[in-house]
Amino acid sequence: MNIVVCVKQVPDTATERKLRSDDKTLDRDAADGVVNELDEYAVEEALKLKEAHGGEVTVLTMGPGKATETIRKALAMGADKAVHLSDEALHGSDALSTSYAMAQVLKKIGFDLVVLGSESTDARTGVLAAMLAERLGTPQLTLANKVEVEGSSISIQRITDYGYDKVEATLPAVVSVVEKINEPRYPSFKGIMAAKKKPVETLAIGDASIDAAQVGLAAAWSEVVDFAPAPPRAAGTIVKDEGDGGSKAAEFLASKKFI
Amino acid sequence: MSEILVLVEQVDGEVKKVTLELLTLARSLGTPAAVWAGPGITPEAKARLAEYGAEKIYVAASDDIVDYVVAPKAELLAQLVAAKSPAAVLVAATPEGKEIAGRLAIKTDSGVITDAVGLGEGFVADQSIFGGGVNVHSKVRKGTPIVAVRPNSTAPEPAAGAGAEEEVSVTLSDAAKAARIVERVKQEKGARPELTEAAIVVSGGRGVGSAENFSIIEDLADALGAAVGASRAATDAGWYPHQFQVGQTGKTVSPQLYIAAGISGAIQHRAGMQTAKTIVAINKDPEAPIFELADYGVVGDLHQVVPQLTEEVKKRK
Repeated sequence: MNIVVCVKQVPDTATERKLRSDDKTLDRDAADGVVNELDEYAVEEALKLKEAHGGEVTVLTMGPGKATETIRKALAMGADKAVHLSDEALHGSDALSTSYAMAQVLKKIGFDLVVLGSESTDARTGVLAAMLAERLGTPQLTLANKVEVEGSSISIQRITDYGYDKVEATLPAVVSVVEKINEPRYPSFKGIMAAKKKPVETLAIGDASIDAAQVGLAAAWSEVVDFAPAPPRAAGTIVKDEGDGGSKAAEFLASKKFI
Repeated sequence: MSEILVLVEQVDGEVKKVTLELLTLARSLGTPAAVWAGPGITPEAKARLAEYGAEKIYVAASDDIVDYVVAPKAELLAQLVAAKSPAAVLVAATPEGKEIAGRLAIKTDSGVITDAVGLGEGFVADQSIFGGGVNVHSKVRKGTPIVAVRPNSTAPEPAAGAGAEEEVSVTLSDAAKAARIVERVKQEKGARPELTEAAIVVSGGRGVGSAENFSIIEDLADALGAAVGASRAATDAGWYPHQFQVGQTGKTVSPQLYIAAGISGAIQHRAGMQTAKTIVAINKDPEAPIFELADYGVVGDLHQVVPQLTEEVKKRK
């Protein structure tokens, strides 16, 4: 099975994340880049499917040069090779452009299964997997907390607010996984060393038949009009519990008409 | 005024609160038209949609719409966009709502905004990003604005609309019928409101100390008619089910009142609750960052403070 797992480098949540004042895009230099946490579950699921069914796992990322750190981490976990879509023209791409560019690469490299994390911790749109399914014309098997493949059939448990839906489809398909679907492995020392020798193909937009007019900030379907740091919340009242903390909190709730 | 399509969220034929919020919001920007996707609309549901301002109710009653994942709803909305040329399409910013919005954006060559917490003139959306650290105004600049709005962004207010029903027959492509839902498994969730929709959320964290002690959190939630949430520390420890995790990798909530008990308030958690209107924190560590957000804070042991609060709430009811 030819599995492609999409990963994204995101700014570390623990550092201060910013937008750039000039073009209102994510300031990738202001914070350390790390692998999007939810993508680690996607990599693990891809590796488990490969271990069970054979085949190959290709890591796909779109991002600037330093996103190679993220590729290496996925390779160190056990993926076989990587494709890095990197081009200045992609800077500022919104979800529509990103899904278009990634779909073009996926069409070029081929796949039986595309696996993604359910969302990124920076933009948090949660739309990419659905958009890829739309663009590729393949089944959308998203928000999975269980994935099973048998021959060319695939089924998932899709989490819902009432529990889950059991969903069936035929490969090729696009899957997104939720947190806790599995326990992502730590890269071993051997894995880290081996990752340095694994092939990483870097593509510019022209290599994947990506139309420059459909990507980047100028092409974006939506725009940030303006932004500002959230004003600090007005300082609240903090009391020390002297045996009456619960009653005092109740008085506060009553003053706000919650009770 | 132009029509604004609002995709109805419903459970067992009952219109969800978020839809009433979206209709209220749509009224301030145009003429709301509700879209009922799937079978099972009831006279009560129609009355509810009209009560909150739906001038029209488009009903696409085909079973196919709900038997396949997401794609049919996007196709239905795309066909309505083509036929009715609405000024905008509003959906709830639930995981599925956002997926529908994403596919609809591609189908209609339109921009999409997810997780709006407000929507103003010109469909300029308010968003709160980076764990609540930055406020953004954003807007769509191509096609029909498609906006996924977070639950609890607007207080629902009734204002009667005509509620004129119009049947819609939708033609689904084969591609939309590629991922078939073969079984719906409903897990027991009791009488509590749904976490992302609830007006009040009571969450417990590391300070709760054990799975058994989560009954303290549940008792307060039940006294307030609230949903129960948990921090990642609590769900990772196995004290409370993962689906109730509030935070960056869990659920995002935006309730009227959020009570955090035994939660330190790491950025991971704040990302999921910082847009709550009123925040109350109970923590024994006076230095806990959650107190920076709190409108009211009690420095103390939640095992004493929370049960006392629960008793007071019950007394005052």
